[in-house]
Amino acid sequence: MFNPQLDKDGKLKHLLSIEGLPKSILKQILDTADSFAGVGEREVKKVPLLRGKTVCNIFFENSTRTRTTFEIAAKRLSADVINLNVGTSSQSKGETILDTVENLTAMHADVFVVRHAESGAAHLIARHVQPHVHVINAGDGRHAHPTQGLLDVYTIRRYKPDMHNLKVALVGDVLHSRVARSEIHALTTLGVPEVRVIAPKTLLPSFVERLGVQVYHDMREGLKDVDVVMMLRLQNERMSGALLPSAQEYFKYFGLTQEKLALAKPDAIVMHPGPMNRGVEIDSAVADGSQSVILPQVTYGIAVRMAVMSILAGNN
Amino acid sequence: MKIHISNGRLIDPKNDIDACTDLYVAAGRIAGIGNKPDGFTADQTIDATDLIVCPGLVDLSARMREPGSEYRATLKSELRAAAAGGVTSLSCPPDTEPVLDEPGLVEMLRYRAKQLELAHVYPLGALTRQLKGEQLTEMAELTEAGCAGFSQADTAITDTRVLWRAMQYAATFGYTVWLRPEEPYLAKDGVAHDGEIAARLGLKGIPVAAEALAIASILRIGRDTGAKIHLSRLSTAEAVDLVREAKKQGVMVSCDVSINHLHLTEHDIGFFDANCHLRPPLRSQRDREALCSGLADGTIDAICSDHAPVDDDAKLLPFAEAEPGATGLELLLPLTLKWAGENRVSLIDAIARITHLPASILGITAGELGINTAADICMFDPERYWLVSPATLLSQGKNTPFVGSELAGKVQYTMLNGHLVHGL
Repeated sequence: MFNPQLDKDGKLKHLLSIEGLPKSILKQILDTADSFAGVGEREVKKVPLLRGKTVCNIFFENSTRTRTTFEIAAKRLSADVINLNVGTSSQSKGETILDTVENLTAMHADVFVVRHAESGAAHLIARHVQPHVHVINAGDGRHAHPTQGLLDVYTIRRYKPDMHNLKVALVGDVLHSRVARSEIHALTTLGVPEVRVIAPKTLLPSFVERLGVQVYHDMREGLKDVDVVMMLRLQNERMSGALLPSAQEYFKYFGLTQEKLALAKPDAIVMHPGPMNRGVEIDSAVADGSQSVILPQVTYGIAVRMAVMSILAGNN
Repeated sequence: MKIHISNGRLIDPKNDIDACTDLYVAAGRIAGIGNKPDGFTADQTIDATDLIVCPGLVDLSARMREPGSEYRATLKSELRAAAAGGVTSLSCPPDTEPVLDEPGLVEMLRYRAKQLELAHVYPLGALTRQLKGEQLTEMAELTEAGCAGFSQADTAITDTRVLWRAMQYAATFGYTVWLRPEEPYLAKDGVAHDGEIAARLGLKGIPVAAEALAIASILRIGRDTGAKIHLSRLSTAEAVDLVREAKKQGVMVSCDVSINHLHLTEHDIGFFDANCHLRPPLRSQRDREALCSGLADGTIDAICSDHAPVDDDAKLLPFAEAEPGATGLELLLPLTLKWAGENRVSLIDAIARITHLPASILGITAGELGINTAADICMFDPERYWLVSPATLLSQGKNTPFVGSELAGKVQYTMLNGHLVHGL
């Protein structure tokens, strides 16, 4: 099938999902991110790769963190940045998603960073933009959040360079998580031999094993001997109702504590895409503990997003 | 007007005819088959060399979008599409705006269709007022106005007691209750088959259990109420098994499948193709195969187009927000032929499933070419390929997963009551 993310030469044209991308492109992004990792520590935190280009953050769904990291990444590449919170403007006036995009295209944007509450929104936009425009999916419904998946594997690679010898566990709400789907595809594409998901059945999609993961419902079993523990965020509205009885019971059985973390390898790292619910999916002692790499994830997120934008639209 | 249709291959499944023979039409009816009737002088001769001459097709589910959504399709545009597709009788679901729950609306629709003289239209009345699943409609009055049965369209009744009463009341008069089996709570907000593709794409799933549970309760209530049941658009292997078992036990139940579900699966959604957003959802390959074989062995009685024209704007949205439905009237014949070819079903058996078998579900005399029946005739070239594209489709709805496909089977002439309503 035609791959909407690649151009006719097999180069990255849009970043919509990790699924369907070859390992070589993922490695290219991670290697490029390596070269940007130090930029933030310099006195002049800028490189000119996107000078004269306009990056447009279109957020149909609210977000502060992701939008900010994209903005910082674009600015460090010397791009001009426009932020648009569509959730609060045009859509409430009845403008369709493609109308919004066409209007911004008319303003000569080069890169669209898009977030939307519905799965497939980024694909829809990518199908309808003009040929010179690049689309980066910053999260679509439950489907994908590829830059988050990439920054997570980037972080893992920094701490555990031999990816072919890793056991990774994802814990929590896989069903509603675009982050989980992107992480799973990134890990399996890069050759991680064992990816586990640990969750109650109500928080797993049917046929999740077809994504290439092993399913555990007992956290103690699932965490045994893993090198990486990736916690997923549980949305407030899902903590009590037909999916889960209470946040307390969830924390007791699926929350990460020091005691449960002790079952993993002694040098295991703990990750979380944020924002965290302390005391629901993760204990503060773990989140702030020595094995946590949650803050480095945020830092690396900027380098990875710089890498993606420079590969898509850089002046070479 | 006397018409002589010469040199065609006549296929009339109802009367078990498959032969190269001529057909004679007079005064809008079939006047002779094979032998010219005494004193017949043709005013017009149609050369049907290399064509198959069969009864006009009968479609069990075609939305006209009238009344209410004339901006996206009108009776005129869609009945023209019907004629181009060889469809001469069709039933339309009651989910128009307003809902077909008043005799006056049904009379108006019938009258408008009659004026156009492009196809016979058999509206299905709403089973409950506004399709809300609370209050029964005036089924006897609606039947007098021209309703061929009663349906909830795509809105399932949540209150099982109301469903029971509605089926009891319909059974009182011997009316058929048409239901698309879907348990509404399990299907709530779902847009795709709850399987591998929904898991990958992050789409909300509709589990197989939603269809199976609904069929189990409908059949069970049918047994107690004695209502005649027609199950619309099965989508799962389990549904086929349930109906097969019920038929064995003598339950009065019939069912149909849409052309889309015979040929497509969840995998066709690809990268969120909104044309594949359908109700019920496209399911797994295993389900598709069970539908194909269930249709071949007679468990499934008929094929419908599930025609639902949707305008471009309503499809240019993220998958879940896009309106479900596909245009289908012009694809009913070619996709039936495709199914027959792939499943080694004879032409006569395939044509039966889009002619007299659906006609008997509707309780109408149509879909046959017996002497003195209405001359509703479809003449098509089974070998001629055509490209499905917005330009070749007459329907105002250009939305179908088959856009870009080349399909064999092109209707050359369609005749309604002895008048040509479509001719290439």
